[in-house]
Amino acid sequence: MFRIVKKRILNTQVKLMEIEAPFIAKKAEPGQFIILRASENGERIPLTIADFDRDKGTVTIVFQEVGNTTKALGKLNEGDMILDFVGPLGTASHFDNVKKTAIIGGGLGTAISYPQAKKLYGMGVEVHSITGFRNKELIILEEELKAVSNKLIVATDDGSNGVKGFVTDILKNLIEEGNKYDLVIAIGPIPMMKAVCNLTKVLGIKTIVSMNPVMIDGTGMCGGCRLTVGGKVKFACIDGPDFDGHEVDFDEAMRRQNMYKDEEKISQKEHKCNLGV
Amino acid sequence: MANMSLNKVKIPEQDPNIRNKNFLEVALGYTKEMAIEEAQRCLNCKHRPCVSGCPVNVKIPDFIRLVAEGKFEEAYEKIRETNSLPAICGRVCPQENQCEKLCVRGKNGEPVGIGRLERFAADWYMQNIKAKTNNTVKNGRKVAVIGSGPSGLSCAGDLAKLGYDVTIFEAFHVPGGVLMYGIPEFRLPKALVQDEIQTVKDLGVKIETNMVIGKVLSLDEIIELGYEAIFIGSGAGLPSFMGIPGETLNGVYSANEFLTRINLMKAYLFPNCDTPVKVGKNVAVVGGGNVAMDAARSARRLGADNVYIVYRRTEAEMPARKEELHHAKEEGIIFKLLANPTQIFGTDAGWVRGMECIEMELGEPDATGRRKPVVKAGSEFVIDVDTVIIAIGQTPNPLIKNATPGLDTTKWGGIIVKEETGETSKKGVYAGGDAVTGAATVILAMGAGKKAAITIDEYLKNK
Ligand SMILES: Cc1cc2nc3c(=O)[nH]c(=O)nc-3n(C[C@H](O)[C@H](O)[C@H](O)COP(=O)(O)OP(=O)(O)OC[C@H]3O[C@@H](n4cnc5c(N)ncnc54)[C@H](O)[C@@H]3O)c2cc1C
Ligand SMILES: Cc1cc2nc3c(=O)[nH]c(=O)nc-3n(C[C@H](O)[C@H](O)[C@H](O)COP(=O)(O)OP(=O)(O)OC[C@H]3O[C@@H](n4cnc5c(N)ncnc54)[C@H](O)[C@@H]3O)c2cc1C
Ligand code: FES
Repeated sequence: MFRIVKKRILNTQVKLMEIEAPFIAKKAEPGQFIILRASENGERIPLTIADFDRDKGTVTIVFQEVGNTTKALGKLNEGDMILDFVGPLGTASHFDNVKKTAIIGGGLGTAISYPQAKKLYGMGVEVHSITGFRNKELIILEEELKAVSNKLIVATDDGSNGVKGFVTDILKNLIEEGNKYDLVIAIGPIPMMKAVCNLTKVLGIKTIVSMNPVMIDGTGMCGGCRLTVGGKVKFACIDGPDFDGHEVDFDEAMRRQNMYKDEEKISQKEHKCNLGV
Repeated sequence: MANMSLNKVKIPEQDPNIRNKNFLEVALGYTKEMAIEEAQRCLNCKHRPCVSGCPVNVKIPDFIRLVAEGKFEEAYEKIRETNSLPAICGRVCPQENQCEKLCVRGKNGEPVGIGRLERFAADWYMQNIKAKTNNTVKNGRKVAVIGSGPSGLSCAGDLAKLGYDVTIFEAFHVPGGVLMYGIPEFRLPKALVQDEIQTVKDLGVKIETNMVIGKVLSLDEIIELGYEAIFIGSGAGLPSFMGIPGETLNGVYSANEFLTRINLMKAYLFPNCDTPVKVGKNVAVVGGGNVAMDAARSARRLGADNVYIVYRRTEAEMPARKEELHHAKEEGIIFKLLANPTQIFGTDAGWVRGMECIEMELGEPDATGRRKPVVKAGSEFVIDVDTVIIAIGQTPNPLIKNATPGLDTTKWGGIIVKEETGETSKKGVYAGGDAVTGAATVILAMGAGKKAAITIDEYLKNK
C-alpha cells in the first residue's frame, strides 16, 4: 500500500498527488512512468512520473479524471492508501548535445513534459516552454514550468488568458523569429503531436513525442501497447514511451487508442457491485 | 486385491454445452469413494517406473497406497515431501508424457489416474486440515527470489524449510505467475492457487508484489540490501508475434494480453471489474499448445460463435495436453490444421476483418524430431474472423538481462545455467524455470526451483 502524502487540485479535472514510494523515488528518471491500481477490482493504469523527491522518498503524479480509475483516484485524500503502485517503468529520456529546446505541452501533456523541462533546464539547456489549453480555467503548472524555462508561453484556444493560438502556430512563430532549436519535445493529444511533427519534419528539427497507448503490465509481457515506429513494431512500455516523432505512425496509434471506447462508456455507466473476487 | 478395471474411474465434469458458457472449473474432482476405487488400480510395483517419470520424483505408489487406505492426510503429506504445489500439479501437469506414460497399467488399458489422485489428496487436505504451525528454526540468512511462479515458489518454500529468511519480489500485483495470469479459472481456480501460495507463506516466505526487478532494484542492489543469494524465476513472459502484415490492427492480441485481461484482471466479470476484453463473433487462435487451447476456450466462453485453432502441423504434433485438446473439441472449437497465417486484413477503420492462411504439408523431421511443415504453393485461403489471438510462444523477458551486466544469456534470451546446479555466470545468482528453458511446464519449473534451493543451501553453508 502506498500513502498519499499530498493532494492538490490543479483545475476542475486535474489533480496532483505526491505518493510515498521510496524505492521508486530512488530510481525514477524523467520520461518514466508508474502503473497503479486504485481498488481491488480496478484496472492497472499508467501515469507519468511528473516529479520525484529522492530524499523524501516520494513520487508525484498529475492526472486528469477521464474514466473510472482516474475518478476513483481523485476521490482519495491525503493519508489514504493506493493499493498498487509499480515503477519506475519505461526508458528514461536521453538528451545529448542539446543547446536549445522547445518543449510543447498540450493540456495534460504539460504535466508529462514538466520533468523533461526540469531536467534539460538543470543541464543548462535553453528551454522554451509552450503550453496550450482550451481556456484559462484549465491552465496547470504555470509556476512550476516558469521556474524551469527561459521562456514560457501559455496559450489558450479561446484567448481567455490573453494569448490566443495553437501551440503549433506559436512554435512556428518562435522559429520564424530566429530561434534555432536543436530539439523539440511535443507531448499532448495525438493530433497535436502529429501536427508538431509535420512542421518540424519539414524544418529538419529532431522531435521527441511521448506515446500513451493502452497498457496492462508495463513490462513487455502483453504487447497491448505496441506501436509502429519507423516501420517496426515497438512496445511503448519498454522501448518508450518517448519516441522519435518523425517515425511514429500516429494514425495507427489513434485507432488503437480507441479500441475500448465502447467498453469505457459502459464501464462508467454501470453500477458497480462489490463482487468478492 | 487390486482393482483390475482397464479404465480410469471417470472424473465428473461439467457438461460441454454448459461449461462453454461459464468460467467454473471443468473437471469437478473425485469423491472419496472414487479416489479409493481408482487408487486400488495401482499395483504398487517394485520398480516404480512412474516415480522416475516425475520431474520432482513424487513417491507415487506410496501416496496412492495411502489414498487406497483412506489415509488422505498422510497421502497429502507424502506428496508434499517433494512437491510443494500438489493441487496445481494434479490439474495441469502433462501426466500423459510423465508419470502416467510409464505406468505399468497403461500397457493394457489406461494408466492409473495419478494426476487425478494427486489433485484429490490436495483438495481433500485443503478442505479438511487447518494450516499447521511451522516451527522451523530460522538461521537469519536472507535469500531473494525474483518471480512468484512455480519455480520461484518452490525454491522459496524449500529454502524456508531449511531455515532461510526468504523474500520473493514479484512484478505483478498478485503472486503466482502464469498460474494466475495465464492458465484460466476453468482449469485452475485462482482461489486454489492463492491457497497453495498461502502454504508457502505459512513457511515464513515473504512476498513483495509490485517490484519489477531490473527497474526498481538491480541484482547488485538486492545484494546490498543484505540478501546473500538470488534465485531468478522470472519466467518466459515476452510474447512472440508472427511478423506478418496486419498484426497491429485492432482485434489482434497476443495470447498473453488476451489471457491476462481475462484471468489476472478478471475481464470476464466486466463491467463489475474495470478491465475489458473484446471478443468478436469469429475468432482465430494461432498455435497448438496449452496457451492456444486456453485462449480458444476462453474466447468461446466469452460468447464467440466460431473459434478456430489455426496450427501449421497436425494434431499429433500439437504440444497441448491431451485432455485440453479433448476438452476444446467437446466445447466446439474448430481445428484448422496444416494451415499457417500469411496476413491479416483490416477494415478502413483499422479492425480485423479476415485472416489469410496458406496450406502446409509435413516434410522431413527437423531438429526436434517433429516433421517440418512446408508451404503448399498457391494454396492461400481466407478465414472470416474479427479477432486474432497469437499463441505461437513466449521467450524470456529481456528486462533483467538488460539491467544485469555479467549475466550470460543465450541468443533467444534464456539465462545460461549449469544444469545440475542452476548456477548462472554471476556469483551468488541462480536461475530456473521458463527463464532458463523458455516456455515449458509447471513441474519442470518447480523441479528447477528445488534444485537451485539445494545448491543455494550448499553455497551459503560454505560461504
Ligand atoms: C505511458 C503513459 C503515461 C501516461 N501519463 C498520464 C499522466 O501523467 N496523467 C494522466 O492523466 N494520464 C496519463 N496517461 C493516460 C492514462 O493512463 C489514462 O487516462 C487512464 O488510463 C484512464 O483510465 P480511466 O479508467 O480513468 O479511464 P477509461 O475510461 O478507462 O479510459 C479513458 C481513456 O484513457 C485511455 N486508457 C484507458 N485505459 C488505459 C490503460 N490501461 N493504459 C493506457 N491508457 C488507457 C484510453 O485511451 C481511454 O480513451 C498515460 C498513459 C500512458 C500510456
Ligand atoms: C496459458 C498457459 C497455459 C499453460 N498451461 C500449462 C499446463 O497445462 N501445464 C503445464 O505444466 N504448464 C503449462 N503452462 C506453462 C507453465 O505455466 C510455465 O512453464 C510455468 O508457469 C513456468 O514457471 P516459472 O516459475 O518459470 O515462470 P512464471 O510462471 O512465468 O512466473 C514468473 C514470474 O516472475 C515474474 N517476473 C517476471 N519478470 C520479473 C521481474 N523483472 N521482477 C519481478 N518479477 C518478475 C512474473 O510476473 C511471474 O509472476 C502454461 C503456460 C501458459 C502461458
Ligand atoms: S503494456 Fe504490456 S507489453 Fe507494454
